Amino acid sequence: MHGATREAVFPHRHLLGIEGLSPEDINHVLDLADGYVELSRQAEKKRALLRGRTIINCFFENSTRTRTSFEVAGKRLGGDVINMSVAASSMHKGETLIDTAMTLNAMHPDVLIVRHPESGAVQLLSEKLDCAVINAGDGSHEHPTQALLDALTIRRRKGRLGGLTVAICGDVLHSRVARSNIALLNTMGARVRVVAPRTLLPAEIERLGVEVFYDMAEGLADVDIVMMLRLQSERMHGAFVPSTREYFHFFGLDYDKLRAAKPDALIMHPGPMNRGVEIGSEVADDIDRSLIRQQVEMGVAVRMACLEILTRDLGNGPPSMAGY
Amino acid sequence: MNRLLFRHARLLDPGSGLDAAGDLLVEGGRIAAVAGDISSADAEIVHADELCLAPGLVDMRVQLREPGAEHMESIETAGEAAAAGGITTMVALPNTDPPVDDVSVVEFLARRAREVRLAKIHTYAAATKSLTGRDLTEMGLLSANGALGFTDGVKAVADALVMRRVLAYARTFDLLVLQHPEEPSLAGAGEVNEGETATRLGLPAITPVAEVIMIERDLRLVEITGARYHAAHVSTAAGVEAVRRAKAQGLPVTCDTAPPYFALNETAIGDYRTFAKLSPPLRSERDRQAVIEGLRDGTIDAIASDHAPWDQDSKRLPFSSAAYGIVGLETLLPLSLELYHNGHLSLLELVRRLTANPAGLLRLPVGRLTPGAPADLVLFDPDQSWRISTDEFRSKSKNAPFDGRPAQGRVRRTIVDGRTIFQA
Repeated sequence: MHGATREAVFPHRHLLGIEGLSPEDINHVLDLADGYVELSRQAEKKRALLRGRTIINCFFENSTRTRTSFEVAGKRLGGDVINMSVAASSMHKGETLIDTAMTLNAMHPDVLIVRHPESGAVQLLSEKLDCAVINAGDGSHEHPTQALLDALTIRRRKGRLGGLTVAICGDVLHSRVARSNIALLNTMGARVRVVAPRTLLPAEIERLGVEVFYDMAEGLADVDIVMMLRLQSERMHGAFVPSTREYFHFFGLDYDKLRAAKPDALIMHPGPMNRGVEIGSEVADDIDRSLIRQQVEMGVAVRMACLEILTRDLGNGPPSMAGY
Repeated sequence: MNRLLFRHARLLDPGSGLDAAGDLLVEGGRIAAVAGDISSADAEIVHADELCLAPGLVDMRVQLREPGAEHMESIETAGEAAAAGGITTMVALPNTDPPVDDVSVVEFLARRAREVRLAKIHTYAAATKSLTGRDLTEMGLLSANGALGFTDGVKAVADALVMRRVLAYARTFDLLVLQHPEEPSLAGAGEVNEGETATRLGLPAITPVAEVIMIERDLRLVEITGARYHAAHVSTAAGVEAVRRAKAQGLPVTCDTAPPYFALNETAIGDYRTFAKLSPPLRSERDRQAVIEGLRDGTIDAIASDHAPWDQDSKRLPFSSAAYGIVGLETLLPLSLELYHNGHLSLLELVRRLTANPAGLLRLPVGRLTPGAPADLVLFDPDQSWRISTDEFRSKSKNAPFDGRPAQGRVRRTIVDGRTIFQA
């Protein structure tokens, strides 16, 4: 990367989605994250890179795992991380999203990490803010750091992403993880399949560059990676699938269905898992095949990389409130 | 007596099929004469210079926000916007607060329209009390007091038995029933048209079939009741085709569409543009083409603005939280003229769908250039190029996805009962 300008390395102010990232952008995040994996395994994990920086975790939807992962990432880089659970505060007082954005903006954060139940809401916020924004999941749209951590997990184990065949299985309809992963894997030259009952697939999903299967044995045939998606409980009992029993029978991952995949195929799940619904415990806990715990570890490293990338060009704050 | 003489206009009267150069004389609020050459000693002369002179537009679906939400639109601001758009008659949906489900609200609107004295205002009344889809309103009395038709506005009458009774009762008094054709139990929580755009954006989708299912159900009920039925803002190929077949069958069925459904398709949503969120949603390109074909072959009788004013607070929200609808009074004519400039409709046929057809199905004595008719007129230049600017809208709300769109054709003068209510 001799002589490359910063703009050429990661020319984005925010991380709102995988859509729009180039292979170079993605590799840049993954390369940097690789280093942070090693750092996080040391006894002394702390860096001063983000000293003096304020990072606000702004979650309009409950999440323990993602919020904690961002918090750990920010603190390891020396930043001040503030957790705001908005679901429980101003939204109930009728404050609009843009009011919330303006309020937060006035506190001069450097990075805002946002999760919101509505698709597109994080982008809307980013348009009103002076700081960098990371999308930690918006509705059924995107969850870019999840796709990046999945990519890092795969790359470290398989050595590459290009040329692999990946099956994404389950509730694709409602899944932001699926959309981000489809975008990332396609960008990196992997072949992507989706496998689900037709009630859990959105219309014209094949236009996103995936092959569609409705049967696990066919969909998993000769794949390198099996990514399971979480099925939320309110969708299990008759709304989209008749029962958890029937769902597991036809679409839950167990050794029987996994037999169709390559012998060294690996299993992933973004968590939290519904054991016995979309994934059987014996498969989930198989230390040779399951990457589920590694995914959590990679999550912290990837989020550290994202925080570093988005803060390194920041100057001394925006001029928008100058004069006060 | 006040006289106004338009000289050397291109007269467009779809009722008589007139499309020719000529003069038109207005006297005492009515059209006095239409001829090749008129001389009148004491009339004020308007040199039309070959601009088009047509009946004022009859906009058969407008949401007023008065009473109840005057901060978004009042009868006065809607009247000014209509005047600037060449609209001389507008018909309001009953979804105000309180809704138009009682004679007193019909009378209130009539009084406000008289006070404001801009475009003429008529109203539909609710088909069911409080627009809840259950109990019939006093349709006979409401009609006797001026309600032009019955509809639950932006909501479908979903229950088939209730709809049957609405139609049967309406037939008793020969009343018009208008339906928002979308099966709500199928549309569910959907917000945008089902397809690649919805899938990419992760937005809850409505299958386009939700429209034709409701239309076809209603057509069966029209068959057994004989009521006059109108499908509002038809937006899908299948919906247009269902109406086409019903007309061939001889059923008393009409329908309209609105400019967004032939000027835009679902891709206008882009990156969650809430200004392009409307109900029914913007459809596929194939549906858009089918709507144009329906307008061309006469299946779609009328073009209405579907004017739905919303303030910024209702639209500056995440997509799912934002309100449905766009303002349309000031863009009805220029956007409709795209159909003429693109070669889909002759100017006379386009004007028919904006004037005589809606007036006819609403049984209003307007929409024609015949001596004795009210002098409701629009003078427009069909070719003038300009750029739509929502900031310049007279409407109190500016929610439209057409800001910056190049347009061809502009209103020069709008006249109601011989009074000039707008002049460019």
